[in-house]
Amino acid sequence: MTEPLIELIDITKSFGPVIALNGVSLSVMPGECHCLLGDNGAGKSTFIKTMAGVHKPSSGQIRVNGQAVTFANPREAMSAGIATVYQDLAMIPLMSVTRNFWMGREPRKRWGPFQFFDNEMATRVTMEEMRRMGISLREPNQAVGTLSGGERQTVAIARAVYFGAKVLILDEPTSALGVRQTANVLATIDRVRKAGIGIVFITHNVRHAMAVGDRFTVLNRGKTLGTAKRGEITPEALQDMMAGGAEMAELSDSLGGTI
Amino acid sequence: MTQPSAQPPAAIDERIAQRSKLRTMLMRPELGAMAGTILVFCYFAVVAGSTGMFAPDGIMNWGVVSAQFAIIAVGACLLMISGEFDLSVGSMIGFAGIVIAVLSVHLGWPMWAAIITAFIVAMLIGAANGYLVIKTGLPSFIVTLASLYILRGLTIYVSISTTRQTIIGGVREAAQGDWLAPLFGGKVLGIFFYWLADMGWIATFKAGNRAGQPVVDGIPMLMVWALALIIFAHVLLTKTRFGNWIFASGGDAQAARYVGVPVNRVKILMFVFSAFCATVFATAQVMEFGSAAADRGLLKEFEAIIAVVIGGALLTGGYGSVIGAALGALIFGVVQQGLFFAGVESSLFRVFLGVILLLAVILNTYIRRLITGER
Repeated sequence: MTEPLIELIDITKSFGPVIALNGVSLSVMPGECHCLLGDNGAGKSTFIKTMAGVHKPSSGQIRVNGQAVTFANPREAMSAGIATVYQDLAMIPLMSVTRNFWMGREPRKRWGPFQFFDNEMATRVTMEEMRRMGISLREPNQAVGTLSGGERQTVAIARAVYFGAKVLILDEPTSALGVRQTANVLATIDRVRKAGIGIVFITHNVRHAMAVGDRFTVLNRGKTLGTAKRGEITPEALQDMMAGGAEMAELSDSLGGTI
Repeated sequence: MTQPSAQPPAAIDERIAQRSKLRTMLMRPELGAMAGTILVFCYFAVVAGSTGMFAPDGIMNWGVVSAQFAIIAVGACLLMISGEFDLSVGSMIGFAGIVIAVLSVHLGWPMWAAIITAFIVAMLIGAANGYLVIKTGLPSFIVTLASLYILRGLTIYVSISTTRQTIIGGVREAAQGDWLAPLFGGKVLGIFFYWLADMGWIATFKAGNRAGQPVVDGIPMLMVWALALIIFAHVLLTKTRFGNWIFASGGDAQAARYVGVPVNRVKILMFVFSAFCATVFATAQVMEFGSAAADRGLLKEFEAIIAVVIGGALLTGGYGSVIGAALGALIFGVVQQGLFFAGVESSLFRVFLGVILLLAVILNTYIRRLITGER
């Protein structure tokens, strides 16, 4: 069995008197899509922010490639190969796809004593990566605002992959998308996974999780309720765990069992 | 990985209508300003074409005024794209002018030292503006509105408490023989214009103590500064890494921070640059008039912002063009001086300007929506 890319063991995090995480463990293997499920307020956001270096855990351990690490800031997590694609903060709509793609890591070329933005190289690579992800751009100067929500997520994922992400954290990438766009994003996840990158896919939609997930971890009230492999658990069971069982079953019954 | 799954990669999406070359060329943030410039030039070519507005001395007349607007518009443009405002530009102009005059005329400093000190002090104030905006998280509108009043008040106070007047003359005499002053108050290419006059291509004065001299005897440094600043800012914005950071900081500061853009540094530097531009304006004006006055630069901050907005920049940041801002400044200069040439009541200047502002901004908003997919 290969070593996990990243492993979080018994993470707790409290903000003053509020305990947001109370013992959460999770590991991500290369080429695995690990779905993190949980209802609103379950602690998903706090947990991924801990993984991404935004928060420091109150206790517990983070291991990257078997080595215990602490991240002082998001930049350190990024240089360890952990990239996060946030739901609505992934891209700047007013800027072109190329400018967004390279934001913060602009390629430069020298011209005498000056350094200029290497537009030619940036454009070529952007177009290439977009094609690979199945997005046909009209032109690289096209503003991100003209892309659909799914395409924006895909650009953000392509960017993270291109810049050497080993673990990709996707924060509810499908929550605001239509059916077709969701399918596109899920297809992108699948493609990235096949390249050996580990994915943490945060969602509260069981069907999206079942479509691409290899393992499933459910969070509820700051605790891991357990991790199950694909095929070991039914969507219904996942749904029940997320919502906390009994009362949900009642609700679901009154709605005709369709949730 | 290279295997496409959802859709064939090379296929052209049938919903993306193919656009003509011309349309693509026209789809620029500067379109409103370009249209405005053409409109304004056509208008004055018709109503004032025979008045000498487009003769060499006429061109110099509105050219200098446009260059003045352009210098402060360039600073305001980059700052606005980075997502901030500077309402203290006008006060900064008055302040820097008085600093130069007090130091050189009243305290007898060499002119170069006075100029450099004015630049340093103004840029420090710019940095303080930026630092306060970043640290307090208050809108730059409020912070720089405060500096508008503080600086203007200080300027009058300093001027009166040192010289007991609000206008300090004698700067030209103090600048005699200085090495730095001609960089702001001088003219270049004089020989070229004398040659043009000798060839009979431009007119010469017929009478007076300058008889025989060409009506235009050189390009004022003010215009050279304007051009240099426009080129510098345009290249910085569109061709460098830092330019991308300026766009990113104004577009979405938080998203930019997440990918490692030093947003705070970018914004503070843009405040400093805005102060720099204001001081260039102030120094050139002081050298030209030979005096400094505490009320100089009044309302300049708004004129700069209007030029930038006519030029297609978004008031909330993240979008804009230096070329557009420069065209906005040109419109300003041509209209202000053109109405004088056309013999139109000069109070109509503001009416004309308001109308152009409105038209350009409506056109710009429409274009921007097409380009950026804003809804």
